Amino acid sequence: MGQGHLHRLHRPGDTVIHRLPPQTKLVALFAFVVLVVLTPREAFWAFGAYALLLTAVVALAEIPSRVVARRALVEVPFVLFAVLLPFVTPGPEVEVLGLSLSTEGLLGAWNILAKATLGVVASIVLAATTEPRSLLLGLERLRLPSMLVQIASFMLRYADVILGEMERMRVARESRGFHARHLGQARVLAQSAGALFIRAYERGERVHLAMLSRGYTGTMPVLDSVGATTREWTTALVLPAAALVVAASAWVVTR
Amino acid sequence: MIDPPSLECSGLAYAYPDGHQALFGVDLTVQRGERVALLGPNGAGKTTLVLHLNGILTGGLGRVRVGGLDLGKDTVQEIRRRVGVVFQDPDDQLFMPRVRDDVAFGPANLGLRGPELEARVTRALEQVGMAEHADRPPHHLSFGQRRRVAVATVLAMEPEILVLDEPSSNLDPASRRELADIVLGLDVTVLMVTHDLPYALELCPRAAVLSGGVVVADGPTREILCDDALMTAHRLELPYGFDPARVPAR
Ligand SMILES: Nc1ncnc2c1ncn2[C@@H]1O[C@H](COP(=O)(O)OP(=O)(O)OP(=O)(O)O)[C@@H](O)[C@H]1O
Ligand SMILES: [Mg+2]
Repeated sequence: MGQGHLHRLHRPGDTVIHRLPPQTKLVALFAFVVLVVLTPREAFWAFGAYALLLTAVVALAEIPSRVVARRALVEVPFVLFAVLLPFVTPGPEVEVLGLSLSTEGLLGAWNILAKATLGVVASIVLAATTEPRSLLLGLERLRLPSMLVQIASFMLRYADVILGEMERMRVARESRGFHARHLGQARVLAQSAGALFIRAYERGERVHLAMLSRGYTGTMPVLDSVGATTREWTTALVLPAAALVVAASAWVVTR
Repeated sequence: MIDPPSLECSGLAYAYPDGHQALFGVDLTVQRGERVALLGPNGAGKTTLVLHLNGILTGGLGRVRVGGLDLGKDTVQEIRRRVGVVFQDPDDQLFMPRVRDDVAFGPANLGLRGPELEARVTRALEQVGMAEHADRPPHHLSFGQRRRVAVATVLAMEPEILVLDEPSSNLDPASRRELADIVLGLDVTVLMVTHDLPYALELCPRAAVLSGGVVVADGPTREILCDDALMTAHRLELPYGFDPARVPAR
């Protein structure tokens, strides 16, 4: 069973950003994204400032920019949507390179593009510098309901097992001459998905038995408490603090 | 004073909710420090019996005692500490994101914390030779390593009796032997469910045969394996060329 896709996002390292306790990074990321989203879209310079801030963090975390760029590809569907906006939005229009585009649509597209990119890049930094396991500890520390943390932690543990099962089923299908070529074969795939679901469900039952056998009574014991010092909080909150300054100025200027 | 037996089952009978009766009155006593193999064909009820030993399945007839303590509603937590079950598929047993957390899960449920918990975890991992893998995620380990960690998760609870369901399945010969060495090195009562008859002979001086939901034979492993009539009657077959009478005693 190779590296799970969940684990590939993490890039081990030992920078300031890597060493920060997970909960401080989660809070910093969340605050940063909220501020970015609240920034008026006309304040173009503010987004430039955010980008500079993030670039500094990426550099501090020693993540190569080509890695960031490659991972930011998840954004592509949003980009496509944004590109359509100027063509389909009604209202006043402007001429760009001989095309007449809606001003409102252009602004809307820019809004989505800029904010989504900033959010995605910030998340990439978090994922790259924090082990999935400590992310869970951070969420737990932030008092996320323990049931949600447990579910997330099982996903983390079993993603590989289930992907492995899926892969074995694919191999079994194809070894018997099945190739998904046209829609008529969707039935076979749907049946496989059903079988996969049942297998996963049964595995869940067996895991539950194993947990009961070791004294599980419904709550996960808290094993590590990752405490954060005031200093670590201050370090982590530099990013959202700087973003707050930018956002506040943007509000004042565009008023 | 003599110790109470590690395990006493008497008259255990059980039918699954769908009406299928799997156990028809099982009597089995395992003394402290014994290593007993539980043999039997597919569908004999071995796994069903194992699930009774720590109160996962209840509601049938009969009773289970572990180290002198009766299994009941208010003793089930303590019984689960005393009976360490290692399930067949280590992926079912190892559910935490890191080996160390998994081994800590059981003792933490018993209320252990801090350095005491730490010491338990380290000791259990050392017993199975996996201490240096403590910080790895279980899914990055080989199958044999995962099986060993699964044993450690149970040892960390310092059980009265270790119950292994098919411990040698899917292991390569070297891992199979390593696991045998680990089991032989433990100072704990063992009940081992297995289809691997040479393994039973190697590890367990005594064997019980479960067939059709009852114990049909119970005695020295070598005698049982040499009893051709018994073996054929209960679909037990030795591997080609294996002669239990000629294997040297351990
Ligand atoms: N959840 C269930 N519901 C209904 N019947 C079951 C269930 N689990 C097992 N059985 C039946 O109970 C009987 C005993 O099953 P059990 O799994 O205990 O056998 P086993 O001795 O462990 O077999 P194997 O060697 O194949 O692991 C079988 O006939 C089986 O079909
Ligand atoms: Mg079984």
